[in-house]
Amino acid sequence: MELVTPGDGGEQQQQQQQQQMLYSSDSFFPPQGRTSGFGFVTTTLSKVVDLLGADKYIRLARKHSVWPALFGLACCAIEMMATSGSRFDISRFGAEVFRASPRQSDLMIVAGRVSIKMAPVLRQIYDQMPDPKWVISMGACASCGGVFNNYAIVQGVDKIVPVDVYVAGCPPTPEALITAFNMLQEKIEHGIPPGVSPAVAHAENPNLVRLDMASIAPYPG
Amino acid sequence: MTTVSEEMRQLGYELSAQFADNFLGSREDRGELTLWVLPPVWREAARFLRDAGYNHLSDLTAVDYLDRDPRFDLMAIMASHVKCDFVRLKTVLGLGEPVDSLVPVWTGSNWFEREIYDLFGIEFQDHPDLKRILLPADYQGHPLRKDYPVTGPAGSRFR
Repeated sequence: MELVTPGDGGEQQQQQQQQQMLYSSDSFFPPQGRTSGFGFVTTTLSKVVDLLGADKYIRLARKHSVWPALFGLACCAIEMMATSGSRFDISRFGAEVFRASPRQSDLMIVAGRVSIKMAPVLRQIYDQMPDPKWVISMGACASCGGVFNNYAIVQGVDKIVPVDVYVAGCPPTPEALITAFNMLQEKIEHGIPPGVSPAVAHAENPNLVRLDMASIAPYPG
Repeated sequence: MTTVSEEMRQLGYELSAQFADNFLGSREDRGELTLWVLPPVWREAARFLRDAGYNHLSDLTAVDYLDRDPRFDLMAIMASHVKCDFVRLKTVLGLGEPVDSLVPVWTGSNWFEREIYDLFGIEFQDHPDLKRILLPADYQGHPLRKDYPVTGPAGSRFR
């Protein structure tokens, strides 16, 4: 792992700037950013666990028991319900337990357009979820505003909370949501902290993040 | 039904006689009757129509004609559950001109008027709880006005 020398201030500053850009700190509710980053790895307990080599199994367990919070905001929620239903059955991946309380959830699937009035509510529910927590931005509206390029809709939920996986579609099919969920599972398995791009996490901490480079390569044509 | 019934026409005559100076005119189009009045008698005209049998306030909304001098149209659609028919009552309002609330006539017009206040900025006198209903309480501006940018003012939140 490369260490930044104390005299090398310029590079550090540049890194900080990059981080600030990454978390878009100019938004109304700045995302939490680093606090939820490597927190679970750097605690003493986790260090011991790390020494024992058990973190791999913890990640494996975590990956297969992600509990999503109910956050259906619009038509995407119908597809989300279908995903949890028997036909598509997200319980095959251990995520069938949709919780009505943020205290019991690990994953927030933002399904639908977020209005400016809903933004503080969404942020509060995200804050109430215990670490580690992940966010899937489902559909065009949650990802970038979609067709609602107007005064009332937040142009992308990543202006409020850090997002792990974006799902394209209007609305995305249940298969697309399941694929997104599988991508999230890959992130969890490789130990990539919530809200951080896999490439960035790997570049910052090549020793901590066991990254299979194939997992961040673009899909073949 | 492509023509207005004689009974409704008679109602229009009665309304025009009742509010002589404040009656603007009427229009029949595709079997629908529209009656225009001036703002001072807005509530009384609505009460008149309600008492004439149009017991249900079906819709209450506004239209912004940006280039016209009294800029806004305020429009109420009243339905009669007895006659199985409806009539449209309209008035014209300039910018910043208040109008009487219809809450004393129909309690249900409360939220309609809050919506109009929220999106058009028309003020209703004697309204029990005139505040924004859809947009956040601290929102600036009235988005359904034709001179409001559809994507919100420059530099607004979350853009």
